[in-house]
Amino acid sequence: MNDNQEILEQASAWRKAGKGVALATVVTTWGSSPRPVGSKLVVDEDGAFLGSVSGGCVEGAVIGEGQAAIKDKKPRLLSFGISNEQAWDVGLACGGKIQIFVEPVE
Amino acid sequence: MKLSYLERALAASRGGKPAAIATNLTSGLQALIEGSDFTGDLKVDEAITEGVRKALSEDRSTTVETDSGPVFVEVFNPPLRCFIVGAVHIAQPLARMAAALDYKVTVIDPRTAFATDARFPEIELSTEWPDEALQRLKPDKRSAIITLTHDPKLDDPALIEALKTTAFFIGALGSRKTHGARLKRLAEAGFGDNEVARIHGPVGLNIGAISPAEIAVSILGQVTSVLREDRLKQRDPA
Repeated sequence: MNDNQEILEQASAWRKAGKGVALATVVTTWGSSPRPVGSKLVVDEDGAFLGSVSGGCVEGAVIGEGQAAIKDKKPRLLSFGISNEQAWDVGLACGGKIQIFVEPVE
Repeated sequence: MKLSYLERALAASRGGKPAAIATNLTSGLQALIEGSDFTGDLKVDEAITEGVRKALSEDRSTTVETDSGPVFVEVFNPPLRCFIVGAVHIAQPLARMAAALDYKVTVIDPRTAFATDARFPEIELSTEWPDEALQRLKPDKRSAIITLTHDPKLDDPALIEALKTTAFFIGALGSRKTHGARLKRLAEAGFGDNEVARIHGPVGLNIGAISPAEIAVSILGQVTSVLREDRLKQRDPA
């Protein structure tokens, strides 16, 4: 079973249990980055998650944004990396840059 | 994201049909694209259609620029396939490991004592002759073909059929001596040097593998290095 299939099944299970769910997907990478474009992480309203979008470097922040997306029902595009101007307090130790799209799941 | 889109895209790709999901990264609007059909609230314009065509052909998800902002095109291609000829001891760990790498695996061996469900649980088996099986299953550029029998009666027809396909990887187990004799037979069968050069033989990276599982690792390491050749070149331009 591939990663996407597991993500789908976990998302379905949480939705059936009545939980709010958000999906994070790596949409762009520059330079060295631990997970390829298309990598996914699914998170529920309580912060439980499955999958990965980096080597564990930015998952904490992505989970928080996922929970926020569940609340306000709005997607967001996050950027992480060394030359990022946004004041993220997390980054990628490998020196790469990634963009992650976070969206609520219907 | 509607869960049903992800579900349908995965089901289509598993069924052998490519699909894609396009997402506008500014608005979050989405469309599911299956063949020439699309559904969703995102308007699929020419830029997106062209992006989907290119992404599917290169098997690489990508972001395309459109009038309404960047659109992420995620590719759901049918799984890579791995055809293993010879239901021998090495085929057991090789089939399991290839399945773990997300290949759709078929083990081919007309010797029904070898090709049994007990020896290959949850792996698709074919007891046709290798050339007939490959003609029916039609390996394409997303396929790897590996012969393991050491027996020219089985390996040769498989390799002759394999060389007619666009398979990204063709490999044959056997010592250098066996491989030399094999290349000679293939030359006599009318294949040129360029054609037989496609065969990795003896198959596998030289990692000093001894056990069947280690040999499977060395084979799949080599298959992966060929599959990801363009990435290797990017990293190491020399």
